[in-house]
Amino acid sequence: MSATTTTDQKPAAPAVETITIKVDGKSIVVPKTTPDPITGKPVPTTMIQACAQINVDVPHYCYHPKLPVAGNCRMCLVEFGTPAMGPDRKPVMNEDGTPKIAKSPRPAIACATPISPGMEIYTNTAGVLDMRKGVLEFLLINHPLDCPICDQAGECKLQEYSVEHGQSTSRFVEEKVHKPKQVDLGPRIVLDDERCILCSRCVRFSKDIVGDDALGFVNRGSYNTLAAYPGKPFDNNYTLNTVDLCPVGALTSKDFRFQMRVWFLKETKSLCTSCGTGCNTVIGSREEKMLRYEPRQNDAVNSTWMCDYGRLNYKWINREDRLIRVLKKTSTGHETSNWNTAVKEISETLAKAPAGSVALIGSARQTNEELFLLSRLAKKFAAMTDSVPRTGSSDKLLLSADRNPNSTGAKLTGISPAEMGSNIPKIAAGISAGTIKTLIVFGEDVTKVGISAELLGRLQNLIVSDVLPNKTTALATWVLPGCAHVEKRGTFTNIKGRVQKFMKALEPRDDARPEWEFLHELVYNVTGQNGFVSMEGLFNEMTRSVPGFEGLIWSGLGDGGANAKI
Amino acid sequence: MDWQFLGFSLLKIVCVIGPLLGMVAYSVMLERKLSAAIQDRIGPNRVGLWGMAQPLADGIKSFLKEDFTPSYVRKIYFWLAPAITLIPAFLTFAVIPFGNMLGQQKMVIADLNVGVLYTFGIVSLGVYGIVLAGYASNSKYSFLGGIRSSAQMISYEIAMGMSVIPIFMLAGSLNLSKVISFQAEHGWLIVYCPVSFVIFLVSAFAETNRLPFDMPESETELVGGYHTEYSSMKFALFFMGEYANMIAASAMMVTLFLGGWTIPFFHPQDVNSIGIGFLYIGAFLLKMLIFMVFFIWIRWMLPRFRYDQLMDLGWKKFLPVALANIFLYAVILWIRAR
Amino acid sequence: MIVPRKELSFWERMYLPTIWSGFKVTARHFVGKKVTMQYPEEKWTVPPGYRGAPYLVKDQEGRTKCVSCQLCEFVCPPKAIRITPPGPAAVAETGNVEKGPKEFDINMLRCIFCGYCQEVCPEEAIFLKQDYSLTGTNRKEMIFNKEKLLALGGTHQDGIQKWKNK
Repeated sequence: MSATTTTDQKPAAPAVETITIKVDGKSIVVPKTTPDPITGKPVPTTMIQACAQINVDVPHYCYHPKLPVAGNCRMCLVEFGTPAMGPDRKPVMNEDGTPKIAKSPRPAIACATPISPGMEIYTNTAGVLDMRKGVLEFLLINHPLDCPICDQAGECKLQEYSVEHGQSTSRFVEEKVHKPKQVDLGPRIVLDDERCILCSRCVRFSKDIVGDDALGFVNRGSYNTLAAYPGKPFDNNYTLNTVDLCPVGALTSKDFRFQMRVWFLKETKSLCTSCGTGCNTVIGSREEKMLRYEPRQNDAVNSTWMCDYGRLNYKWINREDRLIRVLKKTSTGHETSNWNTAVKEISETLAKAPAGSVALIGSARQTNEELFLLSRLAKKFAAMTDSVPRTGSSDKLLLSADRNPNSTGAKLTGISPAEMGSNIPKIAAGISAGTIKTLIVFGEDVTKVGISAELLGRLQNLIVSDVLPNKTTALATWVLPGCAHVEKRGTFTNIKGRVQKFMKALEPRDDARPEWEFLHELVYNVTGQNGFVSMEGLFNEMTRSVPGFEGLIWSGLGDGGANAKI
Repeated sequence: MDWQFLGFSLLKIVCVIGPLLGMVAYSVMLERKLSAAIQDRIGPNRVGLWGMAQPLADGIKSFLKEDFTPSYVRKIYFWLAPAITLIPAFLTFAVIPFGNMLGQQKMVIADLNVGVLYTFGIVSLGVYGIVLAGYASNSKYSFLGGIRSSAQMISYEIAMGMSVIPIFMLAGSLNLSKVISFQAEHGWLIVYCPVSFVIFLVSAFAETNRLPFDMPESETELVGGYHTEYSSMKFALFFMGEYANMIAASAMMVTLFLGGWTIPFFHPQDVNSIGIGFLYIGAFLLKMLIFMVFFIWIRWMLPRFRYDQLMDLGWKKFLPVALANIFLYAVILWIRAR
Repeated sequence: MIVPRKELSFWERMYLPTIWSGFKVTARHFVGKKVTMQYPEEKWTVPPGYRGAPYLVKDQEGRTKCVSCQLCEFVCPPKAIRITPPGPAAVAETGNVEKGPKEFDINMLRCIFCGYCQEVCPEEAIFLKQDYSLTGTNRKEMIFNKEKLLALGGTHQDGIQKWKNK
């Protein structure tokens, strides 16, 4: 998801001044100004933005809709014309009454040339195609033929445009300029300077978006080389975005380096779960193994970026010690059981439990739907509920201090009190007083937050669902193996109240089941209410029942999500 | 009860059936070698000297293969059919004189007066095996093979039976030994009845389901016909039956047309000596071998007839010709008797 | 379309001339030269361009030519090739060779010897050699790993020295 041609046009203030221009003979109306991607101030709309509006693709390397314009790659050269003016400063008319267009003798770069009224842009004339061919030939002079090795192959703009616009043979017979290869730019980035086409996207991103002016060009001419400031590693929390931005394979991720060719990856729309921001992501996976996250554009949430912390926080999904079996506690330890027995026995136990004797600790890492089903269970027993807060330091760009992906959802569904974690000591007190005999824990290790192993030992029933083993699962009467978010569908509500859905990328491992699947059975068995067998039905039922989600429907969420009322 | 007769008969049965089984095995070998030569190949040459142990290997293979009985077959008939195919082929040899005398024994198991009628009766039993196999397999291919077989056998049985009548008119007996003595005295019957010989020969091909009349099998259209569903030793029994039938048909032709065990222009004084007895048996076997080679060679030479051509040939050509042939010989004999 | 059936002459209807010509043909072959090759003792001369089993080759300096680009894995119609990429960890013994396969398996039971892998390979690292008789006693044995493929493929002499100036 490196480059996208969508312009950043927010529904602007009233009375937007517009200009009518023609792109390849097609008349379009374009706003005169567009907000600057960095400052947000209105700046004149450029040709490339106008073309993007009607999905006319102008090849480009240095231009990126979310970055300041540099205009150095010359790939977006187009031909244009403006209405001819007579000596009387009036437009010259053709015989049929249309304005006469004076074609500009020189081409212009579409990314940096503002549009003017009556302008005509030509993006696929013979001259334009010839210029693209010429630019590509220059770019390829020093570019190594590394495609078989290069991680970018398959999603490389240089490859794509060479196929589309370039020539099949090289006329360059001289020795290529050799630049540093495999440069260790920082803890997460490897740079191959020979592949760099000097578009400066990474430089602008670091400087203008992150504010860490770490990258720059040194030397001149053919020896112009991208480098980090000497002695200072390229190490901020957003460095891996430069890998996405890089149109070629110069900047590669150490994490994903040589892991898999990108054309094998199955791409699934998902969300980042590492903090409350809820950055939109694309999961790259092959053969039930998750290999990478990439940011997905959502201007309401994360623009086109995501932080390195979230991007690299997926290794636990592939861990070997994942919980994959239903476990039942016996006198000697845990024995393997199955879902039918587990759901039946847990339902029977819970159905007999008197009100007030049950407490429930959900997780703000669970989906809205799962929390909603848990809240139905809690309501039946008038159970005390809570979830576990997680915090860290935030930064000004994306990373949120709330490291739970669904704190807002936990609060909206009533699992978490207004101050998350405030009920946990009360639950601990209830257990030690003996009033709480059954504890249901989802996705949290409660021994870390004040309910000690000794207290858990006093419980009659400890029903735990989790993805990875911990001290709580070790003590559980029942262990129900759950799924990571990549193995199920659902929605999260981010800290700003945006409800976003994510899709299933991998199959659940062995006996593990998405939590909502068995929760809906438990809800039906225990409360007699319909728990909804489909994700769509469950979500829609939740929006009907929970005031904060009112008015939302599953299909209406789309890829970008919708705002809840908070 | 004549114990001596019983003992010698048993001995003769053993001495006929044993070598006969061996001949069946080696006629398969012969077929493979001949077809290989005709097709520019070498043929089996790995097992034993020049591949001579190949039939043994084939037999072992047949025994060791999985004997698969499909679930949809009619079990009893399915098991019975291969036996019914093989046994009549062996029974035919009971009346065939395969030599003159060895010591005091006539070299024929049963010197029946109605020898040839017995042969035809037994041979017509053979069709039951094939029809039964086709019916019991409960498969369309097998069924078509069985149907074809029955129609073909009946058609050619008639022509075949008619064709040999002039021989017995000439020989004056249905006893095959008498037929041979007639030939020893007057010369081979092929000279007297060439038309009968041709009809009998072609009908023999049809009766033994050999190419160009292998309609019941026709592997290219019926995937093996009546034995499609058979495997292992049961299939091998069909296979052996085919070759046993060929040998029986050769033996019949030798007896009826080529003078049986007689050797032309060879009239030894000491007819009852052991050496001469074996010589006559050898002569019989040699003549049979010539017919076997002929049978095999034809298979690799001619394509299969169409079914309508087969029927046309049997009913519209051979039957009238055979009838006319009988009439002709009757007239000749009538004129000569006057 | 109705094709009129040719009217046969008397001789043709008698079958005898046909039988005679059939006999002539079969008799000629009966005595003719035999073409059978005694296989394990005699071996067939493999013609140039024959597509046998695909093997990996080494370059002049004994290094694996394959750079694990996985194009052959992608193009392989029966999905016989399976490559495990090296991952980010650099291996010391490869020197300046930037990338090579960690594992490279070809399932010879799946391989259809189409030659697409050789055709697609940008590094000239995989070749369809002349082996046509591949046997094994179990399925696992027929999955050839990198070491086996390299040993069978041998060294490929060519003018390009990819890693020399890197």
